[in-house]
Amino acid sequence: MTTSAPSKNYADDVSLLVVTLDTNPFFWSSFPFHFSEFLSQVLAFLNSILLLGQLNQVVVIATGCNSCSYVYDSASDKNHASTNGTMPAIYSNLLHNLDEFVAKDQQLTTPHHKPGTIPSSLLSGALSMALCYIQRAFRSGPMHPQPRILCLQGSTDGPEQYVAIMNAIFSAQRSVVPVDSCFIGSNNSAFLQQASYITGGIYYRPPQMEGLFQYLSTVFATDLHSREFLRLPKSLGVDFRASCFCHKQTIDMGYVCSVCLSIFCEHHDKCSTCRL
Amino acid sequence: EDEDEANGLEAWERAYTEDRSWESLQEDESGLLRPIDTTAIHHAQYRRRLRATARIQKGLIRYLYIVVDLSKAASERDFRPSRMAVIAKQVELFIREFFDQNPLSHVGLVTTKDGVANCLTDLGGSPESHIKALMGKLECSGDASLQNALELVHSNLNQIPSYGHREVLILYSALSTCDPGDLMETIQKCKKSKIRCSVIGLAAEMFICKHLCQETGGTYSVALDESHFKELILEHSPPPPAIAEYATANLIKMGFPQRAAEGSVAICTCHEEAKTGGGYTCPRCKVRVCELPTECRVCGLTLISSPHLARSYHHLFPIVPFAEISPSQNDPNHSFPNTCFGCQQSLLSQGNKAELSVSCPKCKQQFCLDCDMYIHESLHNCPGCESFR
Repeated sequence: MTTSAPSKNYADDVSLLVVTLDTNPFFWSSFPFHFSEFLSQVLAFLNSILLLGQLNQVVVIATGCNSCSYVYDSASDKNHASTNGTMPAIYSNLLHNLDEFVAKDQQLTTPHHKPGTIPSSLLSGALSMALCYIQRAFRSGPMHPQPRILCLQGSTDGPEQYVAIMNAIFSAQRSVVPVDSCFIGSNNSAFLQQASYITGGIYYRPPQMEGLFQYLSTVFATDLHSREFLRLPKSLGVDFRASCFCHKQTIDMGYVCSVCLSIFCEHHDKCSTCRL
Repeated sequence: EDEDEANGLEAWERAYTEDRSWESLQEDESGLLRPIDTTAIHHAQYRRRLRATARIQKGLIRYLYIVVDLSKAASERDFRPSRMAVIAKQVELFIREFFDQNPLSHVGLVTTKDGVANCLTDLGGSPESHIKALMGKLECSGDASLQNALELVHSNLNQIPSYGHREVLILYSALSTCDPGDLMETIQKCKKSKIRCSVIGLAAEMFICKHLCQETGGTYSVALDESHFKELILEHSPPPPAIAEYATANLIKMGFPQRAAEGSVAICTCHEEAKTGGGYTCPRCKVRVCELPTECRVCGLTLISSPHLARSYHHLFPIVPFAEISPSQNDPNHSFPNTCFGCQQSLLSQGNKAELSVSCPKCKQQFCLDCDMYIHESLHNCPGCESFR
């Protein structure tokens, strides 16, 4: 007697993977690895997630520099576009939506940025949308898949997003949703390192972009239940020191205002932020 | 259980005679029974709570004493299994939630029974020690003494630094108090020392508790049942509005220790034994501490990490409440998005009718009711505002 799929209970290894994909054109235009090759490896990885289990779900959110939007949901009904024969339906759906998104993103106003620096992508928006989607998955009933977030990010951290990203990280920690980060930029991202450390996810910077698919499938493809049996990259020292508001330098001893929590490196009589 | 056997009622029969379970059934448009739609009720409750929070100064560094009444009245069984068990469980949840929302604050526990008050734990920042101490001492006897508890709390809170906000939360089950002197004098003393006293009663409303809360600027509420009690006690975890003269604004010296290298061996000051790996190094006196936030035992410096400060930022930068959009406001010409911006859930019910939804006044994106509650109670970011420059 075979059991049909609906009567199989959700096991511990059913995953809901929400991917935030960095499409910041300023970053990709100056990066030696081409976006199309990056995308082909990521698409193969997403397909492999869906192949690992019939009940696995993948959702992709594109992180642009002016906007964020959902570009793919494996559980949605709008996905059954017929293939044109050269590629599977998942690829054509995702690419079509991604094309539309990038075109719209470019039409929005160019952000002001200091010459010589790359404007950041809106990671805080993508994380917030991912967490809302995961809350919806939790509401779907007692047999829900185990959710996690994977950030494919290359742009540098935008300091103006610090408060929003920390809010998202603490909310993920409360809902027990790990945030994995695969960072491909040049210097390590402090925000994503803190995110993975606080939520119990993995932070990894692949040493060679040509082998990206191998890193993705060996480090980030495992479901949460099976991770305890594997030796995954350990987090190196995460720097939790704060920066002072006056000089933006990291300090290890400072003065904190008791009303507005601004951090200063020297003692003042009055806090300059709240004037109290 | 004796009374139930005397009435001859089983537990399932009591559900009909006492709980009136038929009142929770609802009918839909065609007259068929349907499960209760609690979303709308929860949403209405949450909107009432939200009206209270505005952009006002809040006391972020709190020194809170929780006074637990362990008198004979606490062993009453009108809260199942007993008032004491319910109080203990909710205090544990409250302490965890409190430190989650106020990482820079301290909590202490005081119990009152047999006419005296005892300090169970000192003001400290580690939730586990408080919870362990409380779970060990749950025997109820004698009378509660409000004056002794307030005197004890008053003398302890006088020693804290001036930038901290002093608060007391009293969980009172008794209907009387057994005091050695004039309780009104003690209340005036607390008022002069700027201690904000709040009371949650489990029995009935008492004038003296109401008077205490009114004089000191706290809140008084009486719990109707277990879930109402949980709601009332969790209302005290976000920081209350600060009364400006109550605490002076100061710049407090704090340290941000770095994590010690893996494999280093040191004697930690909290457990006084040698430990390898992990741990943090105090930047001033270089001793090892095991966890943050804490106060260095050697030099007294407050040690925290930047995420602890960041946990309180959403109190300082709250997001605006979303505006409700009733379904009748949609005319076919106006572009009405079919899906919630946050979770992509359909905003139309069966039959393509629009349901109640909300929208952010700043970015004009529309969200479903569940996302609205999640965003304002847990996430504190509007996905719409964060997703557009």
